[in-house]
Amino acid sequence: MASTARATKEARKVAVEVVEPTPAIPSAEELLKLYREMLLIRRFEEKAGQLYGMGLIGGFCHLYIGQEAVAVGIQHALTEKDSVITGYRDHGHMLACGMDPRRVMAELTGRVTGYSKGKGGSMHMFAKEVRFYGGHGIVGAQVPLGTGIAFAHKYKKDGGICATYFGDGAANQGQVYEAFNMAALWKLPVLYVIENNRYAMGTAAERHASTTSLFQRGLAFAIPGTQVDGMDVLAVREKALEAVRYVREGNGPFVLEALTYRYRGHSMSDPGKYRTKEEVQEMRERHDPIDRLKNLMLERGVADEERFKQIDKEIRDICNEAARFAQDSPEPDPSELWTDVLVES
Amino acid sequence: MSALTLVEAVRTALARAMDEDPTVLVLGEDVGKDGGVFRATEGLFERFGPERVLDTPLSEALFTGLAVGLGAQGFRPVVEFQFDGFMYPALDQLVNHAGRLRSRTRGRLSCPIVLRAPYGGGIRAPEHHSESPEAFFAHVPGVRTVIPSSPARAYGLLLAAIRDPDPVVFLEPKRIYRAFREEVVDDGKALPLDRAFVLRQGRDLTLLAWGAMIPLCLEAAGRLAEEGVSAEVVDVATLKPLDTATILDSVGKTGRCVIVHEAPPSYGPGAEIAALLAVAGLFSLLAPVVRVTAFDVPTPLPRLEDLFLPAVADILEACRTVLAHR
Repeated sequence: MASTARATKEARKVAVEVVEPTPAIPSAEELLKLYREMLLIRRFEEKAGQLYGMGLIGGFCHLYIGQEAVAVGIQHALTEKDSVITGYRDHGHMLACGMDPRRVMAELTGRVTGYSKGKGGSMHMFAKEVRFYGGHGIVGAQVPLGTGIAFAHKYKKDGGICATYFGDGAANQGQVYEAFNMAALWKLPVLYVIENNRYAMGTAAERHASTTSLFQRGLAFAIPGTQVDGMDVLAVREKALEAVRYVREGNGPFVLEALTYRYRGHSMSDPGKYRTKEEVQEMRERHDPIDRLKNLMLERGVADEERFKQIDKEIRDICNEAARFAQDSPEPDPSELWTDVLVES
Repeated sequence: MSALTLVEAVRTALARAMDEDPTVLVLGEDVGKDGGVFRATEGLFERFGPERVLDTPLSEALFTGLAVGLGAQGFRPVVEFQFDGFMYPALDQLVNHAGRLRSRTRGRLSCPIVLRAPYGGGIRAPEHHSESPEAFFAHVPGVRTVIPSSPARAYGLLLAAIRDPDPVVFLEPKRIYRAFREEVVDDGKALPLDRAFVLRQGRDLTLLAWGAMIPLCLEAAGRLAEEGVSAEVVDVATLKPLDTATILDSVGKTGRCVIVHEAPPSYGPGAEIAALLAVAGLFSLLAPVVRVTAFDVPTPLPRLEDLFLPAVADILEACRTVLAHR
């Protein structure tokens, strides 16, 4: 009993006594990399939105616009040994993991050259070669899966950890806490990243969650947690580096809550009646993660406007090429309907 | 009287039920302030207030269990799932609790809850959003499974489901939520929960279907009529309990039966009905029963959806197969 109380106290200490230092500024090279990666997600998603509007992307499409700093900042704290798993707002994570934008776009448009042969679509893509384990449509279901992947890392002693992303909506699913319990008991190398974008589909966090400080959700299991400004890629990166170190050293899981915001609807078919235009406008204009990093880089003379224009062009070219590649790729043959269901015996 | 779409008829029935019975509560994902992803609960939050129209977190097991508890206390919660595929996380509460409360308490407690969900394919949505899980529910003892195929039947059957003392899974074919309008009288009259509807009389064969397959069957029957074939179309509507009498009567008359559903074939509702015909209607059959269904594969992306789902041409082909037996 005493030791449990102590463990909880320890965890609370880590969770609550976090001060917000100004994040360290990485090298110019890394700043440029962070910027490019965020911009790639932004432009890629804008292109996906266009293709959706043209009827080229079927089904649902959940854009990551606004949340770029989270996936990019976290990825910069991971190594090649680590795995990533997430929910259905997954395009950003895939690009941050280094997946080929052409093949991601091809999957979105349901083409054979896509990561799931054009059969998975927006929510269901995987890339074993970069240890990206999906893309999952059922809210919160990826959390036990990520915990299982972390178990495998530990069992194999390969030094890897699993970054397991979920949102504020998923934070109310019971299986999240079933996973927390065993991850803590078994000291599994899993970093739980909660992307709190303030809305579970159309319901605001204050209306669906008894406590909105989601980084504290692990405390009952003695899992430490911390909160970070998810609109600041440098802050995310720094906190992620600390959290990843903690997890990799064998201390068990850690909860990192990133406070973020999605500019677009829950999906492309969201009328957005649950929040005001002014709120969205305010976030776009005053808290945009890409503008923020760009301003810092301009201030520090890391790059000038000319360089930014050039980067923007390069990124646009990549996204246009992705769209072209996708549209030029064939659709799956009808016979594909029956493949990859069970191995023929 | 007004011409309503199916989703408007659902909304009208919900409002009617809430109006006449203060124990009726509506809960689910985005049903309150937002009015529901398909707008089925639009206006209810404003009209009946946050005490009776409750936004839940994305916690399907929770809110289904919550409904069971409310039901045991005499409330009539109507739960909305945002999509069919999101019902799977709630299966434990439905199977192990909702369906067994009456039996476990030997009738002392009941569970008058309704689990509503937009259901089926045809809106170009991927898996989780285009599933036809009716067989899962119809397999559970102590649970009714109901699927309307028109605005008027949606209105009458939903009212009946809410008033019923037992758990009802009410699956709304989202593909025809707004496909056509029908006159609906908001008079509070419920339809029976154990009756199939003969929508078109015929002599030569029986088309059995439900939900969004009904308009396709009616179209197929129209085409067959041009060829001089008289097809009867029966909307099964209440999959559990099944109206065996109407089905046996119809097939007894026509001698030929085609069953059409969106769900995969294996252990599906079509298999149950075919078994009924084999057990109790065999000697009236002039041809083997044919099923027109999806395939035993996960719901594909839109580009393969047309191939996956039954189409009028598939139904016609099946009809010709049963008609070929003379």
